[in-house]
Amino acid sequence: MAEAKAAPKYPTESGCPDGMQYLHPTLLKNFGNWKYHDRPRPGVLHHVAHSGDEVWTVRVGTQRQLGPYEINLLCDIIDKYADGFVRFSIRSNLEITVDKEEKVAPLIQAFEDAGYPVGGTGNSVTMISHTQGWLHCDIPGTDASGVVKALMDELHKEFIAEEMPNRVHITTSCCQINCGGQGDIAINIQHTKPPKINHDLVANVCERPSVVARCPVAAIRPAIVNGKPSLEVDEKKCICCGACFPPCPPMQINDPDHSKLAVWVGGKHSNARSKPMFHKLVAAGIANNPPRWPEATKVVLNILSTYKKDAKDWERVGDWIERIGWPRFFELTELPFTKYHIDNWHGARNSLNASTHIRF
Amino acid sequence: MAGQKPKNPEVHATYLPKDKKSTKPFHDTPMLDQLVDGPWPSFVTGLKRLAHDNNMSVDLLGQLEHSYKTRIGYWKGGTVSVFGYGGGIIPRFTELMGDDGKPMFPESKEFHTLRVQPPAGNHYSTKMLRKLSDSWNKYGSGLIAFHGQTGNIMFIGTTTEKTQHFFDEINEYGWDLGGAGPCVRTGMSCVGAARCEQSCTNEMKVHRSLVNNFLDDMHRPALPYKFKFKVSGCPNDCMNSIQRSDFAVIGTWRDDMQVDQEEVKKIVAEKGRKNIIDNVVSRCPTNALSLNDDNTLDVDNRNCVRCMHCINVMTKALSPGKDKGVTVLLGGKRTLKIGDTMGTVIVPFMKLETDEDYEKLTGLAEETIDFWAENALEHERVGETIDRIGLVNFLEGVGIDPDPHMINHPRTSNYVRLDDWDAEAEKWKNRKAAN
Repeated sequence: MAEAKAAPKYPTESGCPDGMQYLHPTLLKNFGNWKYHDRPRPGVLHHVAHSGDEVWTVRVGTQRQLGPYEINLLCDIIDKYADGFVRFSIRSNLEITVDKEEKVAPLIQAFEDAGYPVGGTGNSVTMISHTQGWLHCDIPGTDASGVVKALMDELHKEFIAEEMPNRVHITTSCCQINCGGQGDIAINIQHTKPPKINHDLVANVCERPSVVARCPVAAIRPAIVNGKPSLEVDEKKCICCGACFPPCPPMQINDPDHSKLAVWVGGKHSNARSKPMFHKLVAAGIANNPPRWPEATKVVLNILSTYKKDAKDWERVGDWIERIGWPRFFELTELPFTKYHIDNWHGARNSLNASTHIRF
Repeated sequence: MAGQKPKNPEVHATYLPKDKKSTKPFHDTPMLDQLVDGPWPSFVTGLKRLAHDNNMSVDLLGQLEHSYKTRIGYWKGGTVSVFGYGGGIIPRFTELMGDDGKPMFPESKEFHTLRVQPPAGNHYSTKMLRKLSDSWNKYGSGLIAFHGQTGNIMFIGTTTEKTQHFFDEINEYGWDLGGAGPCVRTGMSCVGAARCEQSCTNEMKVHRSLVNNFLDDMHRPALPYKFKFKVSGCPNDCMNSIQRSDFAVIGTWRDDMQVDQEEVKKIVAEKGRKNIIDNVVSRCPTNALSLNDDNTLDVDNRNCVRCMHCINVMTKALSPGKDKGVTVLLGGKRTLKIGDTMGTVIVPFMKLETDEDYEKLTGLAEETIDFWAENALEHERVGETIDRIGLVNFLEGVGIDPDPHMINHPRTSNYVRLDDWDAEAEKWKNRKAAN
């Protein structure tokens, strides 16, 4: 006799857990009562409370995808040299807070001895915010962790130092949906050919009207192909954005040769000085070249070194270019300026120069 | 450091176990192997460690190497859920079949991710991190991403069957799934009041009040598309909420910023007048700062736009004011489908102190989501709905009065009917009189 199956358990809809239960006791005690902070060295934040209490926070770069070995290794260090509490920054850095200055140096030493870089604070190049790529995504044109590993190997020295004009947030995205988000520098897939359609599968796999509705330029229409209901793409209209691919996997947008990388600059989330800004296209047609993507890395390093040399203190990449103007940006970086840099989407006229403000 | 031998190779990011517990032989991974070296911790080394432990990770590396070779991804979605919920799992099935029509990498042919909501502020104890890792090692590949771009802890890689077991186990000790699909998504909040003097609100409380009010809309996806809450404690917006969330709550203040003139004098003495003028005074976007001859600072608080720059530079001397609250912006999102949108100011300032204040905020979120769910097209974010119908129709739909803080400038086009101008002007006067 088969045993009666245990009744399925209804979930406890507990939602987002309270972070207060995981706060370092000194953070809990001084919650909402901090006075100021400074940065005694790259990778360390020092916060002082109105009560006079002080905490030091060490920021550590990780590979974001962590297994039990790494988690236990990092937790062992935190338990031994710190106080057993940790948080993650939005860019997947660990932040370990301690309540005594003398704990800081041994904690840093322990992370460095274990191969984990300490840095990412202030005017450094911090960890790249990224996506899943070939490891787990269903629509990726490239990998995420691999691009980030290749770039961070090159940028390690900028992660552990604070030598940039201001903080640099780099992002990568494996498709044009751009889950990596806005960045001072963003490295994103840019498709250059319309989707290749497997007409045998469309009718069974795709909800055709919603696919038609997804297209930003109305280039998709229902059609009978080879006697089967399918979809066709007006390839002259198609902007190769890939929006049809997630709802209709038989419309393959990824192409090993024609899915390229593009680099965008000047995105900024903060309201500091200027209002938040979107990043802007500066380079495209860059080979999607695993395992180390040297062509993309070269473009990024060029932009970074130009920014480092030319920008003034506190200027983010976007602030810097606002000051020097786009012609100078292309001159200094020696990147080609093409007709493709001129926007033609909704509101594009707002991006055109309607003045005689011209730098010579 | 690159090229240097670790002091203790047994406890190092480059460590590989001598024992192999997994029974399947390793695949050749010549391309991924090139990502092992270098100063940054390698995720490939991490995957290799896991491959010593389980066959699923052996085959995962096989499929990933194949992607590196062909430059194509091989995962497809599907439908996997836990009992009682409709979302929160990202199902992944391999599409990579051999000539026999069978998966080339069968041990990882099902490789689902569970999206789990992190604690507000992303705070953990090492004890809890180890516990989560132990549970995941029991039921999944062992691989966890802290965190995905929406903010979830992503437990990457398990089978359909074990998805339920893992969820049951962690749900038992306080963890719940996040959102996936057309639903309210996992929220994010900055470190905030826990460790930052620039915090102007209780970020964790705002985050949890909002998200935990919509758990039904998170766990049973039935909205037009995704809806994200993000909470930043000050206008530095470390959670990227204006560009990355549908409903951004950002701490701010409406009285004068706090100035410690003695500290101003100290920093001027230390760095020099030119440095402070160049880096602070002249970087103020509204020219609201002036450095006096006696090295104290004048602040034109009426024209300060709370950008945070001077406070970021002079952390000891300057701080936000005391009359704190939040600004709410709606409608940020990335490209799809109409192009990028940033959030738009909907509430320039509101206090968040009493229970009633918090109810007002969640009430606004409810109104917004209800109106959007009623009126949006399929797959339309709230920012796109606002773009399509115009801000005014949206405001009327959710019952919010127009406010000049919502715009950069009034309309420049005269293509508009102004039939009720007098009545609308009267409303404005009445609202002013009531304040």
